[in-house]
Amino acid sequence: MTSIGTGYDLSNSVFSPDGRVFQVEYAGKAVENGSTSIGIRCKDGIVLAVEKITVSKLLKLGANKRIQTVDKHVGVVYSGMNPDGRHIVTRSREEARHWRDQFREQMPIPTLAANVASYVQLYTVYNSVRPFGVNTIIGGVDDEGSHLYMIDPSGKSWGYRGAASGRGRQTVNNELEKLDFDKLTAAEAVKEAARILYVAHEDNKDKDFELEISWVTEANGRVHEFVPESLLAEAKIYAEEQLDADVEG
Amino acid sequence: MQHTQEKWGRPRDDVYGPYDASYLNSEPRTQTLQPTVTGTSVIGMKFNNGVVIAADNLASYGSLRRFIDQERLIKVGSETVVGVGGDVSDLQTIEEIMEGLEISESYDEPAQSLTAPNIHSYLQRIMYKRRSKLDPLWNALVIGGFKNDEPYLAFIDLLGTTYTAPAVASGFGSYLAIPILRKLVDREGDQQNVSKEQAVDAIKEAMKVLFYRDGRALDKYSLAILSKKDGKPDVEILKDVRVENQNWSMAKQIKGFGTQDE
Repeated sequence: MTSIGTGYDLSNSVFSPDGRVFQVEYAGKAVENGSTSIGIRCKDGIVLAVEKITVSKLLKLGANKRIQTVDKHVGVVYSGMNPDGRHIVTRSREEARHWRDQFREQMPIPTLAANVASYVQLYTVYNSVRPFGVNTIIGGVDDEGSHLYMIDPSGKSWGYRGAASGRGRQTVNNELEKLDFDKLTAAEAVKEAARILYVAHEDNKDKDFELEISWVTEANGRVHEFVPESLLAEAKIYAEEQLDADVEG
Repeated sequence: MQHTQEKWGRPRDDVYGPYDASYLNSEPRTQTLQPTVTGTSVIGMKFNNGVVIAADNLASYGSLRRFIDQERLIKVGSETVVGVGGDVSDLQTIEEIMEGLEISESYDEPAQSLTAPNIHSYLQRIMYKRRSKLDPLWNALVIGGFKNDEPYLAFIDLLGTTYTAPAVASGFGSYLAIPILRKLVDREGDQQNVSKEQAVDAIKEAMKVLFYRDGRALDKYSLAILSKKDGKPDVEILKDVRVENQNWSMAKQIKGFGTQDE
C-alpha cells in the first residue's frame, strides 16, 4: 500500500490528507482474500456461483450454504467475512419484505440493490461502526428483465454483465470477458461458471472446495433456486474436462 | 416560555385548559361486521391416493353475480391446496400471508417443504387470533394435501374452529355436498376403497347439485386433484371446469315466485 494510514486509518469519519478513508479500503482487503464468487447475467436469467473452500473435513457437505435467497426472484452471494454477508442478506430480506407489504408486488432489483448499497454506505461515515467486509453480488429477474449488481464495502453499487469478487477475481474477470453474454443461456452459464471457478482454483490448489451454483431464469418461473443436481454434476464434469484440455494444450 | 417545540403556537394549557381529544375517541372502534364480496362453498374429499378439492369461480356482491372469474383455490408450497370461501378481500389477504410464508420458508437451509398439516396449523392460529381481536378473516378454508404420504384434508372457519375429515365442505356445501360425498367416504379410512376417478365424479356431481340449488353458485369451477405418483406429490389444478349435462326441465314445475300466470 502506498501510504499506510499514519493515524488516518483509525476512523471511518476522517479523511486522510490525500482524500482516502482507510477503514473502507481495509475492508476491501478483507474481501480480496475471501472465497471467489461469480455472478453472470445471461440471455434468459442470471447465475450465481461460489467456490466454498473446505476449511475443515469435519464440516458437513452441503451445509452452511453461501448462496442465499432474498425473495422469490432474487439471490445473493458474497465474498469476504461470512457473518457480515449474512447480515447483509438479512437486511436485503427485510427490504424485499417491506416492499411486498407496502406495494403488494415483488421488489424491483435495481431498487433493492440501491437500498442495500445505501445501507452499506452508512457504515462508512460513522466513527462508531466499521464497514462491512464483504462484496455482495445481487442477482435476479423481475418485470424489467434480469439484473446483476455488485456492492462493495464503500457502498458502491454497479450493474454488471459478469461480476467477480474474492481471491480469484482477476482470473475470473479474464475468463468472463471472453463470454458472449447476449448469446449465453443460463444452462451454458452454469457450466461456464463451474469451469471458471475451477480455473480460478488452480492458484489455490492445495485446498479442497465445494461448488455452489444457483440461478433465476425465465424458464424456471423467475424463482431463485440452486441448479438441479444433474446440471451441477454435468457442469463439474465439463469444468474438469476443460481444465484437463487446457493443461494438455 | 414553553421549551418544547410541540407546544409552540398552541393554546396555552394554563389559560385554556388541556386539549380535549375525547371527540376523536367518541365512536366505538369497529371492524368488519359482514363480508361484502363473497365466494360460496368449497368442497373436498379424500381418495385412496390423495385429495380432490373444488370451488367455483364466482365472487358475489350480495346476490349480484359480480365477478365470474375469481380463482378460489390457492396452491401453497409444492404439495398443498387451500380452498377459500367467504370474503374475497380476506381471501386476498390469506393469499398474501401464504406467499410470505413460502418466502420465509425458502430462506431455510436445507429447504423444508411446507406440508398440509403445517399450513393447516398456521392458518388455524391466524384465524383464531383474528377472531380473538374481534376482527375475523371472514372465510371458511379447506386445506388439502398429505401427511406422511397419507391424504390430509382439513377445515377451518372464521372462528378458528377446525377439524379433519375424509369429506369436508363449507357453506351450502355442508348441507348439499356432504351427503353426496359421504356416500363414498363416511368415516376415516373409507377412502382406501375410493379411486381417484370415483372421487372426481363425486365432486363433480356435488358441484352440479350446488349449482342447481345454491343461488350464489356458478357452473364454472376449479378442480384440484392432489395425488401421489411414485411416492411424490402431484398437484393438478384444472381450471374452467364446467357443470356438464345440466337438465333444467324441472324449472317450469317450480311455483311460488317469478313471472307466472298462476
